[in-house]
Amino acid sequence: MGMTITEKIIAAHAQKEKVIPGELVQVKIDLALANDITAPLSIKELEKQKIDRIFDPDKVVLVADHNTPCKDIASAQNVKLMRDFARKYGISHFFEGGKAGIEHVLLPEEGLIAPGDLVIGADSHTCTYGALGAFSTGMGSTDIAASWVLGETWLRVPESILFLYEGKRKPFVTGKDLILFTIGKIGVDGARYCAMEFRGSVISELSLDERFTMANMAVEAGAKNGIMEADSKVLNYVSGRTSHLSRVYQSDPDAQWREIIEIDVSSLEPQVAFPHLPSNTHSVYSIPKIEIDQVVIGSCTNGRMEDLRMAAQVLKGREVNPRVRLLIFPGTPSVLKQAEKEGLLRIFLEAGGIIAPPSCGPCLGGHLGVLAEGEKCVSTTNRNFLGRMGHVKSEVYLANPYVAASSAVAGYIAAPDQI
Amino acid sequence: MIISGKALKYGDNIDTDVIIAARYLTSTDPAELARHCLESLDPTFSEKASSAILVAGKNFGCGSSREHAPLAIKASGAKAVIAASFARIFYRNAVNIGLPILESEEAAEKIKEGDQLEIDLDKGEIKDLTSGDTFQVNPFPPFLQEIIERGGLMNLVKERVKSH
Repeated sequence: MGMTITEKIIAAHAQKEKVIPGELVQVKIDLALANDITAPLSIKELEKQKIDRIFDPDKVVLVADHNTPCKDIASAQNVKLMRDFARKYGISHFFEGGKAGIEHVLLPEEGLIAPGDLVIGADSHTCTYGALGAFSTGMGSTDIAASWVLGETWLRVPESILFLYEGKRKPFVTGKDLILFTIGKIGVDGARYCAMEFRGSVISELSLDERFTMANMAVEAGAKNGIMEADSKVLNYVSGRTSHLSRVYQSDPDAQWREIIEIDVSSLEPQVAFPHLPSNTHSVYSIPKIEIDQVVIGSCTNGRMEDLRMAAQVLKGREVNPRVRLLIFPGTPSVLKQAEKEGLLRIFLEAGGIIAPPSCGPCLGGHLGVLAEGEKCVSTTNRNFLGRMGHVKSEVYLANPYVAASSAVAGYIAAPDQI
Repeated sequence: MIISGKALKYGDNIDTDVIIAARYLTSTDPAELARHCLESLDPTFSEKASSAILVAGKNFGCGSSREHAPLAIKASGAKAVIAASFARIFYRNAVNIGLPILESEEAAEKIKEGDQLEIDLDKGEIKDLTSGDTFQVNPFPPFLQEIIERGGLMNLVKERVKSH
């Protein structure tokens, strides 16, 4: 019996010939990351236990991106704690201020991820790096603290589900729509504990940015990781960025799948996930008129160049509806610079949008765009849970950047060909 | 170890944003987190938590990796969480910080709000004293059992560090 990409990466890091789903293994890690919400717990745990050993400071990554630019004294203290910790142990991959961006946009950009890597992070969207053919998964602060000391962690080898996407995409159907549709189809626990492997001609055609969006939301179906084959687009992307070796794997023809799910995208329309679960998906063309108060474009899901280009394509020469606040969060300083270079910032500003600093801010209702009672928001982020972006009686509708931008113009949820 | 408490029932897909909203995550103080635990779903939770055992449906703890979620539940005084199934990051976090969690579809379905429960953690047995039902729980794999017995993951890590 053959192995899947996920099993091959885990086996290589467990120094085993073969692993099988369900097996518990100890694996060496290539990188362990934490952010300004999760790192403080990890650091305090190490201090409490009086452990002052880090296995390899170069394999620890700390990103101040959630409550930054620091929204209050407590969040500033948390970033200070990270900074002091980074200095004490000589952790070079500590990102704050003008070097910081949203972690899952930043790490690939910085060349910290290569195909075949095994990466863990104290953030559930660590699964994003599967787009580069790496195994990556989210854990909690204590697991990450332990990995910083030992250089390894334990994993239960997940079963894999193969998702095959074929057909020709309609206009305005993006990677975001493929993953929202998939979550809608299998449910928020449809891939619980599993690896989701995305494959098919549609995946090959997707830009890398759209692939990141898909892998990013694997956790919203309960998955341990999302993964794709590292093809020439991936190898081009990582070459020149990363100094470490790419290990390219493919699933064997006789690999064992829990399920194979084939999705014909030809009839798929842009998706909108209604409150309060990412699986409450509808075609944008089938929904009633829903007036909105805010639009957020950005996040680890849709804060990359392709996403901003999609938004700009819609917003060029148009104005945001007076009832709507449009907030745009470029994922990293590099994305922001590139958007400036391409003239996208001017388009956003002339449309009446607000350009915010690279931050996770509004996605989790942290700061920089929190919702009041009864407000509705169309967001390119990943979660629409109860109270996620603010007041418990606010509502979040998840969509792609085209739909988000056109909704900002219309004042209600709409696709570009409806405005 | 035997723990007992009154069942507080919740539904499917109780996510970590609902367990502890992100606006409280600037704090790592368990007592502060406990004050806001589950408040958006059940504003009276923190008052009744200290004698409670949470009983929920499937995919409990889905969403974010925030360890603040099991920490908040533990600090609220709630004794344990029984669910039809757990999201994987929450499951690891609960084990690591020593919040007892028990997976049983049958228990999650049959236990009613307010039932008096008694859990034998060693035997993996849940007794519903109100209905008289007994439920057997899926056991932890031996490695996780070891983490639980040592009182959390960091105690194991400390031993490994010392032995080097």
